[in-house]
Amino acid sequence: MTQTTYAGLLDLAAGAFLLTAVLIVWRRELRAIVRLLAWQGMALAAIPLVEGIYQGDRAIVTVGVIVLVLKALVLPILLGRVVGTEDQERRESTPLVNTTASLLITAGLTVMAYAVTRPIIALDPTEATRAVPAAFAVILIAVFVMVSRRRALSQAVGFLMLDNGIAATGFLITAGVPLIVELGASLDALFAVLVLGVLTGRMRRAFGDTDLDQLRELRD
Amino acid sequence: MNILLMVPILAPLVAALLAALLGWRRLTASVTVLAALSVLVSASAIGLRIGSGAQFGVWRVLRADALSITMLIVIGTVGTLATWASVGYINAELAQGHTNRKGANLYGVLVPVFLSAMALAVLANNIGVMWVAIEATTVATAFLVGHRRTRPALEATWKYVVICSVGIALAFLGTVLLYFASLHAGASSETALDFDVLLHYAPQLDPAVTRLAAGLLLLGYGAKAGLVPFHTWLADAHSQSPAPVSALMSGVLLSVAFSALLRMKSIIDLALGTGFMRTGLLIAGLLTVLIAASLLVVQTDFKRMLAYSSMENMGLVAVAAAAGTELAIAALLLHVLAHGIGKALVFLAAGQLQAAHDSTAIGDVTGVLARSRLIGTSFAVGLVILLGLPPFAMFASELSISRAMAGAHLEWALGLALLLMVVAFAALVRNGARMLLGSPDPGSPAIVVPRSVGGALVTGVILSLALGLAAGPFPLLFHNAATALGAPR
Repeated sequence: MTQTTYAGLLDLAAGAFLLTAVLIVWRRELRAIVRLLAWQGMALAAIPLVEGIYQGDRAIVTVGVIVLVLKALVLPILLGRVVGTEDQERRESTPLVNTTASLLITAGLTVMAYAVTRPIIALDPTEATRAVPAAFAVILIAVFVMVSRRRALSQAVGFLMLDNGIAATGFLITAGVPLIVELGASLDALFAVLVLGVLTGRMRRAFGDTDLDQLRELRD
Repeated sequence: MNILLMVPILAPLVAALLAALLGWRRLTASVTVLAALSVLVSASAIGLRIGSGAQFGVWRVLRADALSITMLIVIGTVGTLATWASVGYINAELAQGHTNRKGANLYGVLVPVFLSAMALAVLANNIGVMWVAIEATTVATAFLVGHRRTRPALEATWKYVVICSVGIALAFLGTVLLYFASLHAGASSETALDFDVLLHYAPQLDPAVTRLAAGLLLLGYGAKAGLVPFHTWLADAHSQSPAPVSALMSGVLLSVAFSALLRMKSIIDLALGTGFMRTGLLIAGLLTVLIAASLLVVQTDFKRMLAYSSMENMGLVAVAAAAGTELAIAALLLHVLAHGIGKALVFLAAGQLQAAHDSTAIGDVTGVLARSRLIGTSFAVGLVILLGLPPFAMFASELSISRAMAGAHLEWALGLALLLMVVAFAALVRNGARMLLGSPDPGSPAIVVPRSVGGALVTGVILSLALGLAAGPFPLLFHNAATALGAPR
């Protein structure tokens, strides 16, 4: 792999990664959102795979394969099973922020990501580090999704996007954290999603649906 | 020695495994108590050996210093009290139909897993592993918060998991950035996240990247420690959990998360100077005390009242950490230990009050001292501890924190914190007096105290008195911990 191909592929992966986040903001159909999350997982896994192949480092390729299985297959399938079967349960309820405004906010957050990541690029201006604003933008967009969506499942998707954004940052700036930390963090994410899935099921049984506006009994 | 370092992590895991195989029964519950006790015993043994030094284990993944020992003692002490009380508490829940066999079995597995994760968090040398352990506490406690499966319990669990996971994810981003800075300072990729290596390279870390990391770490671990702005989960989760779990979360988990922040602070201070973290901790700490004090005043639920009291104390601990001197760190560690035992007392007593009245409203509970001497006395003793009155140790710790803050020229912050603490003091006294004193309403239900809860309460009162009257080896331990964190005199 030449230097140009490497840089091109890396930018492609980072771009696709950010694009899926924007599409998640745009779509309201829960199944479509989960599918987009799987695509995002693939774009995420592409980063360590490209890096590992370019540097000829088997360990990084292995991590990439693990990420691919977990983020593009296991987690989306787990979330997909939680999508309700009733019509009103399959869509995001009336949004707090409408689609146009959401997309504008997303654009604003992306610009902000470029500003925030300047010190990181200044410290180590390589091809990979230059793509880090895309990862930071996904982190910011994920937080926005978590505060603006009202379905339990959308919040879980937001959490996974946040997790993906942080993982991408790690791969881009350091070729990944040490394996023991990477494995531990992946395991935690897996368990967190399992917990959120079980809770969503319990919520459907207790409240009849999974609208988070129901959660207003506890207050001072 | 390697093996001794593994005991606090493995002993609770063995208990969890046994509980998973055999279910909730007298044997597994007792083994869990023994496991918690073994955390305490092994911590003392390691502490005696290392003195003011540090000991590594398992290829340098684990590292014990005086701060780890202090936190293990908090985990072991409160853990023993809470698991002991769990025996009677869960049996009573089963008898009253608040939970079923499956719920009890899950409880029996998750509590020791929770203890083990906290032990790993304070023993980890690799700060990435420390992060994994702290996130694991969220996962382990999720179904403990939702133990009763009522609608409010479900709501509290959801908020808890979502807010804490997001907060702690930010801390992970901070950890990744610190790793990046550490690599560029010259650390090798295998050891760049080790605490001792980071301390060594700290002066060479890139300031701009470290500043970004520091902000994220403060927000992230602050979320788990109940500090503003991610504090909103705390009162809900602590009030909905079963009483022994509330005791563990309030008395131990908050301070374990804070000890992670203390470690991060010692690295960041070397890289950026003390100003950055001092400002951050002062803002977060004072705002936390402010919010806790104002919500204590209007509180009508006694478990939420105790939760806000925990927030108030964590805010004070953050303000003390901002001062950052040796005296301040030693004082805040004493505060954490005394608060842990005191919180265990009030939460365990509150659990029996909740069981008797099937309610947590302050207005429903009257004349407790006249109705049950044991519950009344331990709740009263716990409140007196939390109020910071002598002869208990929080009196000494609050006095030392004040002295340390004056010494660090933070008189204005001290004044503000004290003012807010007086407000909180008044609210606690008023609500406590309303519940404890006077004659009980006619028709008040009988307060039943299972034997194991009684045993834990009496032990807790004795331990609090002992800690207040004789400091024993603790001043030396706390000062060693402060030195290990590089706190200036």
